[in-house]
Amino acid sequence: MKGIPLSALLGMTITALFFLAAIFAPLIAPYGMSQTIGDVWEPASDAHWLGTDNLGRDLLTRMIYGGRTTIFVASAATLLSFTLGAVLGFTAAVYGGWVDQGMSRLNDLVMSIPTLIFALVVLSVMPVTLPILILVMGLLDSTRVYRLSRAVAVDINVMDFVEAARLRGEGQRWVIFREILPNALSPLVAELGLRFIFAILFISTLSFLGLGVQPPMADWGGIVKENREGIVYGIPAALYPAVAIVTLSISVNLVADWALNRTTSLKGGRGG
Amino acid sequence: MHPVLTLVIQRLALGLLLLLAASVLIFVGTEILPGDVAQAVLGQGATEQALANMRAQMGLDQPAYIRYFQWLAGAIQGDFGVALSNRQDIASSISRRLGNTLFLASVAAAISVPLAIFLGLLAVRYRDRWPDKLISGITLTSISLPEFLLGYIMMYIFAVQLGWFPSVSNINAGMSFGQKLNAVALPALVLTLVVLAHMMRMTRAAILNVMQSAYIETAELKGLRRLTIIARHAMPNSIAPIVNVVMINLAYLVVGVVVIEVVFVYPGMGQYLVDHVSKRDVPVVQACGLIFASVYIGLNLVADIVSILSNPRLRHPK
Amino acid sequence: MADSDTLLEIRNLRIEATVYAPGEKPKNALIVDDVSLSLERGKVMGLIGESGAGKSTIGLAALAYGRGGIRLTGGEIRLNGREIRTAGPGTLRSLRGREVTYVAQSAAAAFNPSKRIMQQVIEATLHHNLCSQSEAEARAVELFRTLSLPDPETFGKRYPHQVSGGQLQRAMTAMALCPHPDLVIFDEPTTALDVTTQIDVLGAIKAAIHETGVAALYITHDLAVVAQVSDEIMVLRHGKMVEHGTVQQIIEAPREDYTRALISVRAIEHEEKKPTAEPLLRADNVTARYGAMAVDVLSNVSVDLFAGQTLALVGESGSGKSTMARVITGLLPPRGGDITFEGKPLPPALKNRSREELRQVQMIYQMADVAMNPRQTVQTIIGRPLEFYFNLRGRKRNERIQELLDAIELGKGFADRYPAELSGGQKQRVCIARALAANPKVIICDEVTSALDPLVADGILKLLLDLQKREGVAYLFITHDIATVRAIADSIAVMYQGRVQRYGTKSEVLSPPFDAYTELLLSSVPEMKLGWLEQVLATRRMESAGN
Repeated sequence: MKGIPLSALLGMTITALFFLAAIFAPLIAPYGMSQTIGDVWEPASDAHWLGTDNLGRDLLTRMIYGGRTTIFVASAATLLSFTLGAVLGFTAAVYGGWVDQGMSRLNDLVMSIPTLIFALVVLSVMPVTLPILILVMGLLDSTRVYRLSRAVAVDINVMDFVEAARLRGEGQRWVIFREILPNALSPLVAELGLRFIFAILFISTLSFLGLGVQPPMADWGGIVKENREGIVYGIPAALYPAVAIVTLSISVNLVADWALNRTTSLKGGRGG
Repeated sequence: MHPVLTLVIQRLALGLLLLLAASVLIFVGTEILPGDVAQAVLGQGATEQALANMRAQMGLDQPAYIRYFQWLAGAIQGDFGVALSNRQDIASSISRRLGNTLFLASVAAAISVPLAIFLGLLAVRYRDRWPDKLISGITLTSISLPEFLLGYIMMYIFAVQLGWFPSVSNINAGMSFGQKLNAVALPALVLTLVVLAHMMRMTRAAILNVMQSAYIETAELKGLRRLTIIARHAMPNSIAPIVNVVMINLAYLVVGVVVIEVVFVYPGMGQYLVDHVSKRDVPVVQACGLIFASVYIGLNLVADIVSILSNPRLRHPK
Repeated sequence: MADSDTLLEIRNLRIEATVYAPGEKPKNALIVDDVSLSLERGKVMGLIGESGAGKSTIGLAALAYGRGGIRLTGGEIRLNGREIRTAGPGTLRSLRGREVTYVAQSAAAAFNPSKRIMQQVIEATLHHNLCSQSEAEARAVELFRTLSLPDPETFGKRYPHQVSGGQLQRAMTAMALCPHPDLVIFDEPTTALDVTTQIDVLGAIKAAIHETGVAALYITHDLAVVAQVSDEIMVLRHGKMVEHGTVQQIIEAPREDYTRALISVRAIEHEEKKPTAEPLLRADNVTARYGAMAVDVLSNVSVDLFAGQTLALVGESGSGKSTMARVITGLLPPRGGDITFEGKPLPPALKNRSREELRQVQMIYQMADVAMNPRQTVQTIIGRPLEFYFNLRGRKRNERIQELLDAIELGKGFADRYPAELSGGQKQRVCIARALAANPKVIICDEVTSALDPLVADGILKLLLDLQKREGVAYLFITHDIATVRAIADSIAVMYQGRVQRYGTKSEVLSPPFDAYTELLLSSVPEMKLGWLEQVLATRRMESAGN
């Protein structure tokens, strides 16, 4: 783990801080999540660092709890999409033939409808609860992970060292876990970062449209929705989530970039 | 028949098949999922009698495949039935709003496509120098923001603080073209920013890929000027990848429109769709979903066909 | 000052590049160090060396061009009497494509796929306003004819993908000669071609050089090739000049050890072993094709491999020699015929073979780079067959690994390295050790030396012969290179279009009378003597006239 570039370290630190804040939200937040403690849209002060929201709740508290919900939903959806997408993608690549054909064509079909539109169609008949949201987001996004992990695994699967393992008589398990997976890890980790960012943006968008996390629970997209009226009066309460989302996604991006660069450099020629 | 024509026809047929499959998927998504449509429409408090009436009225007492074919036959003729929430004809509501949405999307496309290609070329020309780095920095930031937040930031700056544009984009048939342009200026700007980053990045990658080919070096070693090389040798081979980039981003733009319309309360398809998702108005959602999906599939199809047509190996077979 | 006949004068050239090593800060590397050369009008100089010698870089320096991050940082490059290293872009544009032109190794990549060949051949001529379009086209057709391209009148109307690799390479030569340049840089123009195509292209290039009286720098790693076209030769190594002289002096009386080593490459003494009674591995009437393809890639191939001996399968690309390896290993079950090992038939498909059957036949690949998992250490790579076949663990396994490392002459300290930390030759040695770890009776060697520099390849061949002597292992040696075959084989099967064209012991196969293809193949292999090319081409012309 030597020689991690500064940018990646910075990314890791900030990402870690966000996750810590999410986990320990009740300890860090200065007030209760739905506690009304002041006037509507109070400006920033010593008591309320970010001011108050449209119902007179402390905005910093809402942001911290909102981050907790957003990060939790996004992480769960990413975990689901990743496990499902990667396992199916690897299976398709290693088995090939009709297994691959069937799964890949079905995947193409689901991907032919824009994710947001598909999600809206499904959410129009489903009850909007956290498990349903996670399920819908995870399933839809697993198509992207499937496509990538299949492509990566197909590339590795035709390499001579995999053939050498097959000629030795190694079983499917050794081939997947010892030959293919270690070489696919870096691009997959980079993709994990990108999918996580996408999930954050996606759940925020759904909540903003009123089809994601439901009040009184706080989440970053919801905070924008609740405080949007304020914008016209010059009250920036709705814009704070932007700062949080941008900071988090750039941090994750920095880590993902580094993970991706590591892949390319390992394939490189002779080093010393 | 010329092999390219065969390929194009095959691709078109495949696109049609995909569209058909997508329509099944949309229908299945709203009909067979565990949620009960009638229950969803009427809410938890509905009586058994009301639910039964609702089901009969929606044709839910018939088997799903029959309802699918009825729905599809209607959709092909431009008949999407009536909305559950206000009993209005869906097709006529959509046609008005579709025009608005296409107007907004075209304005955004008219700005973003030339701009993205220009900036992409600029980034290639000044590769790894400050203009390239500035452009990548901005793209990284804008990729990290959801569309709606970008919308509010722009609104806060340009409508509220500077007062250049209206913060709500109302548009109606009585407005002149200029007035319409002024009304959509802000949402179009936001949409442009949303797709610009991706489009520029991908254009840059596509052109760089071509510029690194050995035949560009050959041209350089003939003593040709940089601009001649780009125009004569790089461009003919970049058309397919660039069209591909543009189409992918136009498809992306069509989805971005949905959210931006809600932000600026713009009377288009996106707003219509989101409203009716909240109202659980399934026929409207199905209709809008199908239209968005067709546009998306159509744009991707155009990209595929252009890349077939511009491939010299296919156009001039051995 | 140089006399007026001097076309190109390079003095104390120094070329540097920025190297981006993985995980390290970019650093500066010296690519060419203090090289001087001088070329007279109408003369051809060969630049020769192994990879990393800087020969292509020097060639491009004659156009004042640096590929990628390469910078010409010192010395003088004078072309037609004026300094070009420090010249501005306008001057460079006026001389590139007019005074100096370039022929690349891969014409397939160097031609723009979306433009007709003629357009590209005459582009530089028109760009520099040297003549009218119709004159340029007439000149191109004339060059196509000189270069023996088919249908010279209409050849230019085709697109690059519509002609063969050898034809495209000749078209690139026409492109370079069209503007009547003073100097052409040939950068490994025949390296990517099959040997029987190479000789035609080589002959065409030589005739064109002779007819136009152009001067040339001819860059290659093959001394025998360069001896046919050059007047003088410069030997390079690690960016420095080793030796410079006339062709005759270099090949007949080299002064430096390195040059001598390059000349004596593949001159390995190997006594041919006679077939024994029972073959170890026998392919009987094997026929095979890939997937749904309509034609057989192999038809009725029968060959025998005897214990402790080497059978060479030799042929050009598309001959089916590598497919044979896939059939024997079970990766491609044949459509007909049998593979028998020690008298017992081997199951056709890999998945039906027992672990013991798999152990007996091991494989070494052409590209050692991709034949090893980059995430495993040498220890794991060599150790896995020991665990898998012999259940060796712990200390016993590590001792055996060290034995194997000693056998491939790598010694201590290599066990913990990753493949990326090894040189090309070392990688191939580790692959050999992995194959040996299974204690097999047969090792299939698929072009194992083709990706290596000649001297390194020589080392690998010597190692393989040595191991055969000690361990008694048999090799099925697949190669396109006749010199390698001569060095290592006991028996030979010449393959052409999926069939065995000629088969027998080495002395039988390589002695006349030959069949037509074997004759063509053997006579096409460049020999390191003056006038060889003319001799062969003259013989061929006479034969075809006689027919």
